[in-house]
Amino acid sequence: MQKQTENIIELRHITKTYEDGFTAVSDFNLEVKKGEFVTFLGPSGCGKTTTLRMIAGFDLPTEGEILLNGKDITSLPPYERPINTVFQRYALFPHMNIYDNIAFGLRQKKMKEEEIARKVKKVLDLVDLEGFENRSVATLSGGQQQRIAIARALVNEPQILLLDEPLGALDLKMRKEMQLELKQMHDDLGITFIYVTHDQEEALTMSDRIVVMSEGKMQQLGTPEDIYNEPKNAFVADFIGESNIFNGIMTGHLRARFCGGEFTCVDDVEEGTHITAVVRPEDVELTAPEKGIIRGTVTAVIFKGMHYEITIESGRNEMVARSVHAARPGDQVGICLEPDSIHIMIAEDHTNYFTADINEKHRLEFNGHELDTSVTKIIKGSKRQDDGTIIDTNGEVIDPRRTRIVISIQPQDITMTDHVEEGLVEGYISNLIYKGDHYSYVIHTDLEQDFIVDDEYLWNMDDHVGLIMPIDKMSFALKK
Amino acid sequence: MPAIRLSRKNLAIPYAIFLLVFVVAPLFVLVYYAFTNGQGQFTLANLTGFFTDPNTLGTLCYSFAIAFVTTAVCLLIAYPTAYILAGSQLKQKSVLVMLFIMPMWINFSLRITALKEILTFIEGNLARYPFFNAVIGMSYDFLPFMILPIYTTLSKMDRSLIEAAKDLGADEKAAFLKITLPLSVPGIISGVSMVFLPAMTNYVVLDMLYNSTYIMGSLIGSYFAAYNWHGGSMIALILLAIICIFTLLTNGMEEEDSRAMGGARL
Repeated sequence: MQKQTENIIELRHITKTYEDGFTAVSDFNLEVKKGEFVTFLGPSGCGKTTTLRMIAGFDLPTEGEILLNGKDITSLPPYERPINTVFQRYALFPHMNIYDNIAFGLRQKKMKEEEIARKVKKVLDLVDLEGFENRSVATLSGGQQQRIAIARALVNEPQILLLDEPLGALDLKMRKEMQLELKQMHDDLGITFIYVTHDQEEALTMSDRIVVMSEGKMQQLGTPEDIYNEPKNAFVADFIGESNIFNGIMTGHLRARFCGGEFTCVDDVEEGTHITAVVRPEDVELTAPEKGIIRGTVTAVIFKGMHYEITIESGRNEMVARSVHAARPGDQVGICLEPDSIHIMIAEDHTNYFTADINEKHRLEFNGHELDTSVTKIIKGSKRQDDGTIIDTNGEVIDPRRTRIVISIQPQDITMTDHVEEGLVEGYISNLIYKGDHYSYVIHTDLEQDFIVDDEYLWNMDDHVGLIMPIDKMSFALKK
Repeated sequence: MPAIRLSRKNLAIPYAIFLLVFVVAPLFVLVYYAFTNGQGQFTLANLTGFFTDPNTLGTLCYSFAIAFVTTAVCLLIAYPTAYILAGSQLKQKSVLVMLFIMPMWINFSLRITALKEILTFIEGNLARYPFFNAVIGMSYDFLPFMILPIYTTLSKMDRSLIEAAKDLGADEKAAFLKITLPLSVPGIISGVSMVFLPAMTNYVVLDMLYNSTYIMGSLIGSYFAAYNWHGGSMIALILLAIICIFTLLTNGMEEEDSRAMGGARL
């Protein structure tokens, strides 16, 4: 059987579990073609750097294999791989001058000194730092050190260049310039680049393909356009660009209910399916109140130069819109959504999310009920100061009036009761599905929200129930 | 009465007084005694005496030899130890480091006395291997001073430098020789300077080991014991000169090093 050789590197079922049991990467599969620019994108701790380190050879995968040109290199030490790395903080050797830094790899290969001199000069030209041979590392600016780090890796003519957040330490202007230059270098040299970043804009600008990662798993793999326009799940939608994300349910053929309204969509999903609906702010159409599918009140308007960013509150839901027309807080508006601007994703996890306010006593309040927990318990590292205000870990004051807390709770942790007044919130059962050993219910509340509740007993459609949610089963997050 | 302002200048007064009384004044006294005789007249006899007396010169050489071997022994033990400590991912790392530092907290005379008993038990008669015993005693006493600075330098070193070297094709050995070792030179230098000079003069260790050989410290002690303040002062002054030259040399090296490291010198 002939091996497929057009893939320069293949990762097969790569898993990395540390001794303490933490799994940094799990079952990661990727094929990279020769000459491609692939970016690993994700928040810190998502496993992107660990994956890169396994390709470089600094970490060994616990499971799986890495193939380079069809050959297994999984346990090959880094110095035997034709792969070079540009490190996050450059890792230039401080006791050597620029020439010796760049020549390091070539000298390891026992190359002739005049050949080395020629190559060093050539690569210094490439990164626009001609004549820097005898400078010491300490005399260079961050941007220059960055270029030397790239030159030091490129001079070895690697088959793959790995870049671990190489622009993270540079200022914004420098970063933009380097982005373009890196892209140009990639196009000129034809070397495969694997790039790690947490900056979505950087990833969208430079990459041929993007791997979005979260919690050690690949969330989506695709071109920048794919990932922006067709996010596969709520995480990707939230991480790439700005999004309004709602829980909802399919109410009919191409009909979805979320955010307190029923909308026509283009994704054909079976009726009764729990969904996550994603709407980009630029796709939200604001109309006169009576013309909208849902209506709401403008709560905040921020001028962003090219447009206004308008936050609208509709029932308990919040939607951010981008508009060239200004609005004033307090305005009543209608909201329309074009069918093709709604991205429907089948909800994989049925976690219920809802937002709570913070009252004057710094306690959480939802639907008129005060929850028996305080802000300092929820926000890690926050402290109550002597004057009664609360500061977070960065020392910034948390303004209770402008801060909301997102509460999440699993369907099996909510209990239904006939005594509606005992529940945190009340509503009617609008849907039920038998799931083999339990029923999955959708309760449509008076606040125009849908809660998903798992219960082993059979309730009837349209039953009026209260939902009891124990505080110790709730997870809390600060709403951005 | 005018209020005394607590400016930075005024805060320095206590230290200035201390310097004057305990550093500058004694230095003048030392120089005065070194260049005078019993009658208080200026003389170079103490200086020429030192360099013409085969006994004192012999002691100087012997001290150098002890200090050199002690430093070498300490370095040979300390470097691998510090290297392993700095590189280990052990959770009990701090405990291990403490175990090496702990001897410094136990009374010096107790430690040396214990060592003496052990050596006596092994060798039978301590007088048989005076040089060997001197080196053992000194090394035992000064080892932590060698481990600590090397450990500090190694553990502050950016691990990604080693990774970068390996990434560029250096195997373990090459990465150590070309990156780790050169970058730990400042630690080695401060370790050496903290071991070498005391090893030349710390005759208390020898005394407590019932060691009858002479090092520079014992020589000064014997001069003073014989009320020869002038000869003793000259030896002390010569030692001081040696220390100064040594410090200037190593400082020069470190300066070059810290410039390369991009760090500001304190």
